[in-house]
Parts: sequence; structure tokens; C-alpha cells
Amino acid sequence: MKVRAQIAMVLNLDKCIGCHTCSVTCKNVWTSRDGMEYAWFNNVETKPGIGYPKDWESQEQWNGGWKRRKDGKIELKQGSKWKILSNIFANPDMPAIDDYYEPWDYDYAHLQNAPESKAMPTARPRSAISGERMQKIHWGPNWEEILGTEFAKRSKDYNFAKVQKEIYGEFENTFMMYLPRLCEHCLNPACVASCPSGAIYKREEDGIVLIDQDKCRGWRMCVSGCPYKKIYYNWNTGKSEKCIFCYPRIETGQPTVCSETCVGRIRYLGVLLYDADRIEQAASVADEQSLYQAQLDMFLDPFNPTVQAEARQAGIPEPWLQAAQESPIYKMAIDWKIAFPLHPEYRTLPMVWYVPALSPIQARAESGQIGMNGIIPDVGSLRIPLKYLANLLTAGDEKPVKLALERMLAMRAYMRAKTVDGEIHDEALQAAGLRIDQAESMYRYLAIANYEDRFVIPTSHREYASATYDAFGERGGCGFSFGNGCSPGTDKTNLFGGKKVTTRRAIPIKVEPAGK
Amino acid sequence: MSYLNTLLFGVYPYLAGAVFLLGSLARFDRDPFTWKAHSSQILSKKNMRWASNLFHIGILLLFLGHFVGLLTPPEVFHLLGVSASAKQILAIVAGSVAGLMCFAGLTMLVQRRLNDPRVRATSTRMDIFILLLLYVQLILGLLTIPLSLMHLDGGNMLLLMQWARNVVTFDPAEAVAAISSMGFLFKLHIFLGLTVFLVFPFSRLVHIWSAPVTYPARPYQVVRQR
Repeated sequence: MKVRAQIAMVLNLDKCIGCHTCSVTCKNVWTSRDGMEYAWFNNVETKPGIGYPKDWESQEQWNGGWKRRKDGKIELKQGSKWKILSNIFANPDMPAIDDYYEPWDYDYAHLQNAPESKAMPTARPRSAISGERMQKIHWGPNWEEILGTEFAKRSKDYNFAKVQKEIYGEFENTFMMYLPRLCEHCLNPACVASCPSGAIYKREEDGIVLIDQDKCRGWRMCVSGCPYKKIYYNWNTGKSEKCIFCYPRIETGQPTVCSETCVGRIRYLGVLLYDADRIEQAASVADEQSLYQAQLDMFLDPFNPTVQAEARQAGIPEPWLQAAQESPIYKMAIDWKIAFPLHPEYRTLPMVWYVPALSPIQARAESGQIGMNGIIPDVGSLRIPLKYLANLLTAGDEKPVKLALERMLAMRAYMRAKTVDGEIHDEALQAAGLRIDQAESMYRYLAIANYEDRFVIPTSHREYASATYDAFGERGGCGFSFGNGCSPGTDKTNLFGGKKVTTRRAIPIKVEPAGK
Repeated sequence: MSYLNTLLFGVYPYLAGAVFLLGSLARFDRDPFTWKAHSSQILSKKNMRWASNLFHIGILLLFLGHFVGLLTPPEVFHLLGVSASAKQILAIVAGSVAGLMCFAGLTMLVQRRLNDPRVRATSTRMDIFILLLLYVQLILGLLTIPLSLMHLDGGNMLLLMQWARNVVTFDPAEAVAAISSMGFLFKLHIFLGLTVFLVFPFSRLVHIWSAPVTYPARPYQVVRQR
């Protein structure tokens, strides 16, 4: 056993209102720079839809993630290491900017400066890359928001596999849900494995996957290697960038920006202990539908004395062990089994998990049935097809998703009987395999969702995180930078050309001096 | 004239070589963030597989050919039973094939860099300069082929090899003597070739140093502390 700790995330899709606060706050903090306008470390997709970049889930097209070879070993889907090297001059699986969208800005100043005319002046778009006028914007961030675009296009969604999808194009049967996405900080990351320079790494102490900006050479194999398409090539710096899980915040015990600002309180952060010796075995199980269980089996019980002893041996600090016991992630993923990995079939063992969304009951069951008598309606009649959720979260296996939805409904039925009618009925709980204390706890974490319960993040212990920790070496350091050590690498006078600041030909807004 | 020959073929190689080595080292040490291939594939994928592969494979073959062809002592060839004339014909054939591959790829890349609005707008002056420099250099190299075909005795080739070996063995006087009778086209090709080394550390060419040849030997996963 080789115990490692990871800060994992769970998103409760049942409560996501699709407000995009996570995306916008993340963008403001991390990607509002030249070359990264098109990149969203966190984005929220409306499902069903093809998503961002287009059709990212279809690995037949993009060749991301891993595949299991006949001999039982796993290999990157883009090919063997030699094949990857042979593709280095032109990566055939690389998405182009148009697969995301061409970023643009508007000539806002024209609204103020336009000469008098009969028609209202307009602010027309310009490409943020070439600076040229864009006559028509064909695709943009979140283009499919709330079922935008025709069903024929949206229904190419990979999760419609084995679903009779035609009826969901009808107005009466249509359904939707939100899917906020960020880097999964996988246990078996395909981006790390496909980086020819070895610039991408997983941090041992908290599991955050990062790109060393000074070591990245821009071979861009990670962009195609990541099945979630969460690595973005910065066309300005020529390096790849990805979600950094707000590590400067995590290290100080604060939640990531997306979690902190989530108005729906759907995000949870906490420690999971896992057995690093079992990564390869778990990622290479034969049946895709067993990957979810295989990953569950890797996680270690933080209350088990043997695990605790091994963890201490591995140098995991005491506050981390305590945090692992209080981890909301452990409760949701392992104890209650209501959270699932996103597309486990990619074999990357992702560590950002999702609680599936409940949806209105479509037929038969009246709303009164979800009541005090404890009868749970058939989750198969929920508006969002069970198969669709299963394709998203468990490689198509409906049983675990069904159980999770039943447990969430049972908890509601139990709490409704308790708070509205003042009666204790645990028949529904028993039917869903829950104890009363679990249901009360679920209520506390899912419905109330206090800040302290959602985010249980131990501060990083640098003496543990680095074998050569030197307090004096940290003195006068530059903290976080976007590369090149303390120099941003953006000086225009740089001896070696540094980076070129792309000229934006959009006219800047003129600020009138006050009192004029 | 002899002064110019000494300057360009006796002194300039060392100047260019020193800047090449020290410049690369300084940039790698001081500005690792700027050390990259700077691919623009994401901005325009059209023809990229043909263009980039033809160019890169072609230019790698040309580099290897020049390296082996210029620096291997003639005695080694003679031992292997290859006459100077035969070696010249071999060089012409291999060079033509690789050169034409490279030419086809580079033509597409130059066209793309100058005419694709996205690629053009995000190019630095150095990006365009280095590409055109390689293009001119390649065309000059291809133009020497008909000249070489006119005299297949291998005499000129031996002189060029002598120049190269004298340069790398720090015998500039002998090197200049070997090259002074060479035709203008050859001299211009050599001068531009040395110039490529001179500007190398200031351009995106530095990515050549970082060719990830060790990748296949590496385990898939990388785990680091902090």
C-alpha cells in the first residue's frame, strides 16, 4: 500500500442553476490574458449539447484518454510513445481554434465616437487574434446555452449513445441540465503521460496536476491527450496551460475560486486518501463499466487504523488525516455513493465527481407520491433519461446512478415527513439502503451546505511537500507567476525577444476627464 | 577579396558558433519561459500535416547529410570503397530528394505564415525572418545542384569538406585557402548557413535543442513535490 492524499471536488448537479459565476470568476482571475481569451479553465455546458470544444466527448474523433490493449495494458489513445513522437511536427488530433471559437472583442468606442448619422452606431466585433473585422460570429463560448441551436446539432451529444433520442427533440419531452467542467486532476492523467518534455506533473502532496511553464516546449500532445479537452494551448506564449486548481489558495486552506464563488453552493472540496500502488490496475480493468467500482476500491478508509498508520508512514501530516475523516467528498462518493466520476471510460481516473441531477417526474407519478408515505417514484420516469446520466457518469451502467437518485429522493421524502408532518418514516430510506443518520447528514451537506461542511481543506505543509524546504529561500520570493521564475517573460526589452504583445486594433474607450 | 574571404570563412564561423553556443546557453538559463517551438497549428490546421512534416523531415535529412558529408574525413570514405565522385553523386541524389521535400513543405509554410491572417498577426518579426532565411538558404542549396552536376569529379566537394574540417579543427588559415576558389553561389550558401547559427538563439529554432528524444524511455506518469 502506498497512501497518497488528494484534494478532490464534487459538484452537486442537482443544484446547479447554470449562472456561470464559476466560469466568469475563474476567467477573471486566471485566463483574461492575450492568447487565453478562448480558454475557460472552468466552463458550464448545457446538456444535451456537443459542448466546448465541439464534440469533446467523442474520443473517436479526438483520440483523448487511454485505451486498453489486447494484452491488458493501457496505452494512450493517440498512440504509443513512438507514434506520439512521430506526430510531433503536426499533431493530427489537435483541435483548431475554431473548434473552441475565435475570440473577439467589440469596437465599443465607436458608439461614442461615431459621427452623427441617421442610423444608430453599432459596436462591431473584431477578432482578438488577427485584429480583423469579423462579419459574422459562428460560434462562441457557451453557444448552446439553455438548449440554444437546433436539436439536430445538439443531439450529436455523445451521451445519447443507446438512447432513443428523437423523442427528446419534441417540446413536451425535452430536457436539460448544466454540466460545469474543469480539469479533473486525474489519478492517471493522460496529459502527463503524453507530454514529451515531461513538463506536466502531478503533485504528490495534494494531487494537483500542473504544467511547468519553464519546461513546456509547446509540443501540444497534452492538448489532444486530455479526453476532457481541459488543456489549452496559449497561442501567444506558445505554451500549454490548464486549470491549476487555484493551488495558491488551496495551499493556504482556501477553496478554489470557482468553489468559493458558487452561488448555488454546489461545489465541495475535501481530502481523499488513495492507494497509489493500485492506479495502473484500476485504470486497466477490462470492462469499462467496472472502472467506477475499480476507482472506488482505490480509495482508503480514513478511519481504518492500518490506513492511518500507513499514511503517517508515508509522511501525510496529521491535519490531513483529520481532514480526510471530515471530507465531504468521502461522504458523497464512498459513504453515500451519490457522486460519480465524469466519463470513467476514458480510464484517467478523474477526481472531480458529480452528483447526478434529479428532474421532474414525467408521467404516472403525481407529485404527492414523493411524500410522507415514503414511496419513491420510479426514477426511470424522471425527465432526464437514466441512460443519459449513466452514459455521462458510469460508462452506461444505470444501476449505481439509479441508486443515487433513489437515495436523494428518499432523503427528501424522509425530511419532508419529518419537518412538514413531524413524523419519522424510514421506509423509503430502508428501501434505498440508507440509515437515518446518513439521511440527516445528507440533508445537512446537500440542502444546507454550510461553508465549513463544503470545504474541508487542510493547509499545505511545506516541510512535507518539499524534501528541501528552506524558509530563507522563500524570503523575497515572487509567489505565483505565469512562468520564467520571477520574471513574467513579457518584458518588451527582453534580450531574446520575450513575447510579443499582440496589437489589438479595437479602438479603446476614451475616458473623459472629470468636470469637462 | 582575400580579406573578405578571411573574414567570412575564417573568422565569421567562430563568431557565429560562439553566439550560437553561448546565446543558447544564456537563453536557456535566463529565459526558460521563452524556450519553445511556438507552434501555430491551433490557429490554422489547413495543410499543416503535409507542410510541417515535409519541411521538418526534409530539413532534418539535409542537416544530417551536411553534418556527415562535410565532417567525415575522405579517408573514411575511401576505406569504405566510396570514391569522391561516387560520394558526390550520392550527395546530389540524397540532397535533391530531401531538398525538394523540404522545399515543398517550406513553400507551404512561408505561404501560410505570410498570408494566413491569424498566423501573420501573431508572428514576430523574427518568426518571419528566420523562415525566409531558411527559404532563401534552401533555394540557394538547390541551385548548387545543377552546378555540381557540371563537374562530377568530386573536386569541389573535397574542397568544401576540407574547409569544414579545418574550421572545426581550428585551422582557419587552411580553411580560407580551401574555400577561396569556390564559386559565388557556394560561398553565399555557406555564409547564410553560418548566419542561421548566428541568429539561432534569438529565434524559435532553439526548440531543436529540446527534441524530446528521451520521451519513449520515460515512465508515463510524473509525480513531483511542490
